[in-house]
Amino acid sequence: MTLLQIRSLTHWFGGLRAVHDFNLDLLPGELVAIIGPNGAGKTTIFNLITGVYVPSQGEIRFEGQSLIGLQPHEIISLGIARTFQNIRLFKELSVLDNVRIAHYARTHYSIWEALLRLPRFGQEEQRVRYEALELLDIFGLADLAEVPAKSLPYGQQRRLEMARALAIAPKLLLLDEPAAGMNPAEIDQLMDTIRWIRAEFRLTILLIEHQMRVVMNIAERIKVLDFGQTIAEGTPQEVQRNPRVIEAYLGEETIL
Amino acid sequence: MMKKTFWDRWGTPLILLIGFALSMALPASGLINPYIELVLKYIGINIILTISLNLVNGYMGEFSVGHAGFMAIGAYVSSILTVWVFPAAWEGVLFPLALLAGGIAAGLAGLGIAFPSFKTRGDYLAIVTLAFNMIIKSVLENLEVLGGPRGFMGMSKLTTLWWVYLVVVLVVYLARNFVYSSFGRGVLSIREDETAASLVSVNTRQVKVLTFVFSAFLAGLAGGLFAHELQFINPRSFTILKSTDMLVMVYLGGIGSLGGSILGATVFTVVMEGLRSVLQLLNISQEWRLVVAPLMLILLMLFRPQGIMGLREFRFLIPLQERSEAIQKARETARTQRRIGEVRS
Repeated sequence: MTLLQIRSLTHWFGGLRAVHDFNLDLLPGELVAIIGPNGAGKTTIFNLITGVYVPSQGEIRFEGQSLIGLQPHEIISLGIARTFQNIRLFKELSVLDNVRIAHYARTHYSIWEALLRLPRFGQEEQRVRYEALELLDIFGLADLAEVPAKSLPYGQQRRLEMARALAIAPKLLLLDEPAAGMNPAEIDQLMDTIRWIRAEFRLTILLIEHQMRVVMNIAERIKVLDFGQTIAEGTPQEVQRNPRVIEAYLGEETIL
Repeated sequence: MMKKTFWDRWGTPLILLIGFALSMALPASGLINPYIELVLKYIGINIILTISLNLVNGYMGEFSVGHAGFMAIGAYVSSILTVWVFPAAWEGVLFPLALLAGGIAAGLAGLGIAFPSFKTRGDYLAIVTLAFNMIIKSVLENLEVLGGPRGFMGMSKLTTLWWVYLVVVLVVYLARNFVYSSFGRGVLSIREDETAASLVSVNTRQVKVLTFVFSAFLAGLAGGLFAHELQFINPRSFTILKSTDMLVMVYLGGIGSLGGSILGATVFTVVMEGLRSVLQLLNISQEWRLVVAPLMLILLMLFRPQGIMGLREFRFLIPLQERSEAIQKARETARTQRRIGEVRS
């Protein structure tokens, strides 16, 4: 059974067609990449899946349930987490709070239990605290739990963002250019991390990436977008040989 | 080590208890004169108002400029109850109920405002609350049953120093519990990045409405205390000027800090009262006091936008589990649990 099913997804920004007739079937456990030049509509697809935009046309289903019309937090609560192309941490807040905030939907106490500090509040807070710290420990950030997120160096901010996404306990993880701004050594490490969390948390991953090296290495299937249209799809080897891809994507690189 | 844990656990309750005893004993013993007692009560009422506004403007980063409207609702509702509804013999005992009713009425008004304002973008809140403040004032001026512009009177002096003290302690406790909860973290995440907050599962609409209603409730409580101190209220007590005072206290003490709210309210009240005496002494018109608050706001924004405390918090206001030592301990426990988990699998 497909985990995420997207059918003829189309989105217009005024007169600009950002996404045109996009289709995708994501099976549980898969790692699929979406690539394409800047402005090809990749991030828009993530924004459509997570409810930031309501699509002009088309259908998105997660585990059979339609996501159209749901609020972002409702969609996230179903088990879809994402990271952002330009890191969007809560900069002034502590590393720990950044992760704990992502527990919002899975924290079960009422406002009254919180205001009066009833037993369930204490139990839940303790659980959230431990779970958040365990995640931070996995990403090597536990010692920095009380530090404001803005004071972390770039690489650690990227890792914190991934830890925060995992705190949602997602089934599907959407990674938006996780390798942006990384050097080759960091990219190697990132690929290891992605492989590892995928196995450890039994994740299905949809990846947007600019770095061909990352995509060719870890994706099982690739969809290539250009001007909102899907121009090719297949295994990394198939895509690499596709003349339309070379023209649209790799061609651009050779010109540069 | 043992001694430190004892103080961490019992220090605050003990000090609170002594404070309560003092709030009862001092006025009764005649150690402080009625004027000082009045100033202390104003400080308490202003602390509640400042915490109330800080939740919305400081913690959440939205901008309300009409909190005096909620204070007015609390003041009028509680006064109507003690003057018209409660039997005179029982009004002392039923006073907390009147305060609570005033708070709830203000909270309901807050709910009515929050729903439409938070449906759209954040900037609307300033406009909506400004209009709300003005509407409340004109409605009260035109309600002849409540005395219209002449105001409403007949309340007994039910606001004793110890009542103010109790309510302040309760409000600080509830606000602290709110701030250090999942909801409070949601509030902070909205201030930082609202879209990102909703994309890590925070129900931003729910958090905004809850916070605003809670904040309005607190302003209503303060209104009830205020009315039963002055024993006379009129619509002019709750204009935009009163709201401006609250803004000054929030930004003076520091946004996003309960300790800052307490300090800001205290410093502001003392300065304004001090100014009253100075102006009287120099034979200058008291009208000049109206200039000082907005001026303070401008100077603060220019020279110290973070206020006295600025996002920091007093240690005694941080719950035990959230203090640095507790987090470190939890970190070790979490680490051990993870190692055990790894060995098992």
